[in-house]
Amino acid sequence: MRKVFKDRERILSFLLASPSILAVLIFIYAFIGWTVRVSLSKWKGLNPDYSWNGLTNYINLFSDPRFAVDIRNTVIFTVVFVGGTIILGFFLAVLLDQGLRGEGFFRSLFLFPMAISYIVTGVVWRWLMNPATGSRTSGFNLLFSYLGLDFLQNAWHTTPTWGIAAVALAAIWQMSGYTMALYLAGLRAIPHELSEAAQIDGASRLQIYRFVIIPLLTPITLSALIILGHMSLKVFDLIIAIAGKQLPLDVPAIYMWQTTFDGLFYGRGAAISILLLISVAVLIIPYIIYTLRSESFK
Amino acid sequence: MKKFVLSLMGVFVILSVVLSACATTPTAAPTQPPSGGQPAQPSEPTAPPAQPVGKQQVEVFSWWTGGGEAAGLDAMIKVFKARYPEIEFINAAVAGGAGTNARAVLASRLQAGDPPDSWQGHAGQELIGTYVAGNQILPLNDLYKSEGWLAVMPETLIPLISDNGNIYSVPVNIHRANVLWYNPQILKDNNIEVPTSIEAWFAAMDQLKAAGVTPLALGEQWTKMHLLETVLLGTLGVDAYNGLWTGETNWGGPEVKVALENFAKLLTYANTDSASLSWQDASQLVVNGDAAFNVMGDWAEGYFRELGKTPQVDYGWAPTPGTGGVFQFLSDSFVLAANAPHPESAIAWLKVAGSKEGQEAFNPVKGSICARTDCDKALFGEYLQSAMNDWATNQVVGSLTHGVVANDSWKSEIDTALGLFVQGGNLDSFQAALVAACKSSGPCK
Repeated sequence: MRKVFKDRERILSFLLASPSILAVLIFIYAFIGWTVRVSLSKWKGLNPDYSWNGLTNYINLFSDPRFAVDIRNTVIFTVVFVGGTIILGFFLAVLLDQGLRGEGFFRSLFLFPMAISYIVTGVVWRWLMNPATGSRTSGFNLLFSYLGLDFLQNAWHTTPTWGIAAVALAAIWQMSGYTMALYLAGLRAIPHELSEAAQIDGASRLQIYRFVIIPLLTPITLSALIILGHMSLKVFDLIIAIAGKQLPLDVPAIYMWQTTFDGLFYGRGAAISILLLISVAVLIIPYIIYTLRSESFK
Repeated sequence: MKKFVLSLMGVFVILSVVLSACATTPTAAPTQPPSGGQPAQPSEPTAPPAQPVGKQQVEVFSWWTGGGEAAGLDAMIKVFKARYPEIEFINAAVAGGAGTNARAVLASRLQAGDPPDSWQGHAGQELIGTYVAGNQILPLNDLYKSEGWLAVMPETLIPLISDNGNIYSVPVNIHRANVLWYNPQILKDNNIEVPTSIEAWFAAMDQLKAAGVTPLALGEQWTKMHLLETVLLGTLGVDAYNGLWTGETNWGGPEVKVALENFAKLLTYANTDSASLSWQDASQLVVNGDAAFNVMGDWAEGYFRELGKTPQVDYGWAPTPGTGGVFQFLSDSFVLAANAPHPESAIAWLKVAGSKEGQEAFNPVKGSICARTDCDKALFGEYLQSAMNDWATNQVVGSLTHGVVANDSWKSEIDTALGLFVQGGNLDSFQAALVAACKSSGPCK
């Protein structure tokens, strides 16, 4: 009787989960499969055309000078954004962890930017990073000139080649509070005994961070890396809000959108989205496997 | 036990709902637009299936959701309601991105076999290359004949909005792309005449540059494409310019190279922060006295008026250098869906859109001129009156940036080539990319 009941329970739980399983299968995996199929087709124009095109769309992308710009921009953006956010987030978390007064206030203050949408951030930073010169100078450049720091004035996101790094600054501003929250939770979870023991062994403060705390925060850093990394690969709205559809700040997501919906190159657009999916998967799948393994060991 | 049976039943209910929802998707799925197989019917767009009585509707899709555009549309809807009180007007406007969002929504509706009765599109190849090629819209030759529109619209306009002799849309308004805006005070201070040739323009800008004035105001990427099309027209002349879009002019030839060199030289006169300026920002530089010239469509004039500026005092206008006597146009127009749910009402809407009354209601509010040449000039301001005179008498050619001469795919390839050039490419690879774009998406072989 008991065994029968257990089986029934198992069937029931499967049945209860099945609607969402079905929805995920159709609306995520089936559509990924469909996009793969479109990316292997010659579809260009309004009406679907599934005639076989092999890997031509992918091969063309790798000789496409615009896609080369996209890859360069994505690499620069990812390095600056992920690196900057992790360093700044860690630094803020360490500051807050010193037990200063008004910690709650500063914690919220640093976290607030995350509550804003990328579009709003983009609009504000577009104004702050105004590259105009002469009498039309404004934003940061005007601030620098008030402070006598004229040598800091620059063209921000309109700088050739490196302009995308200025966009990453806005993203760092937005996401470093979040990284700070992650690190703060991590720091609070480290038992005091460990740093006390290191102190007794004669370790300096810097050495404690270098050899005790930072290694213990590795899982946090890894999570932050994954979360920030996949956001950075998919960045779209922030750039649209700052620069619109302009080639110097082009990234794969913008190229995909423009070529599909403005240019009606559905095959090429699908190929770009599949490449984006693969690049995000390369980042995330090892992490998922790692998490699943470490959970099953427990 | 009872509980188990109950919850089991609950699961089945949920499952059956989900499954039936899924089962209905394939019928609406984008596999085959219903019009795909059947050829377009040029002769009989006016013979609709019988309508259920008392249920007359027309759904009109546009991206006119704000400002003068939305007000103009409302004024035209008012004319429609007065003329056809029995038809319910459904305004299916989608906001955002100068129509980019709306067009993506429209594409998915068409792919799902759910077209609106009529929708807005830039007259010319943007409509023809996308919707005629996709068998989604019908020719309107009979309507043009029965309404007498051929007599009141410029003769040189008709081929630009036709394909194989079939006219596919009703232009509601006309904007001019080849307008050179200038600051009269700056030109006067520097003793400069308004340039009519590209050489004279360069000479004037050299002089201004030496005097410490920014000669040319330029904005983000699409405004550069707008400048390029006027330079192509100004350098090549009407016939060779039109030949670019029919495949008769060689994109790789020396004339195009001269035009591209002119374009590259123009960029050197522009403000350095162009990438961060919208078209409004760039045009405003001229009326504020921060720059001498700006090339922008004549919607800029509506913007100048909004800023409280006075024509001939704060801003002057002329055809862009080398394009005197030529009207490079763009137009918002409405089409007839191939499988419109209410074709009869859609025809009624198009009749209003092409009528003198409808266009006189729409255009003064939107800040554009009528596609018809018989609108009452007294309704319009000083600039628009001059544009109306030119529209009625000039040679009409189409704009590239605004969808008249090149289909969407071709235009987006040109845009990419232009973007790569502006961000530091060289002229030869720019020209090679333009040749390749014409081969892959245009008529070149």
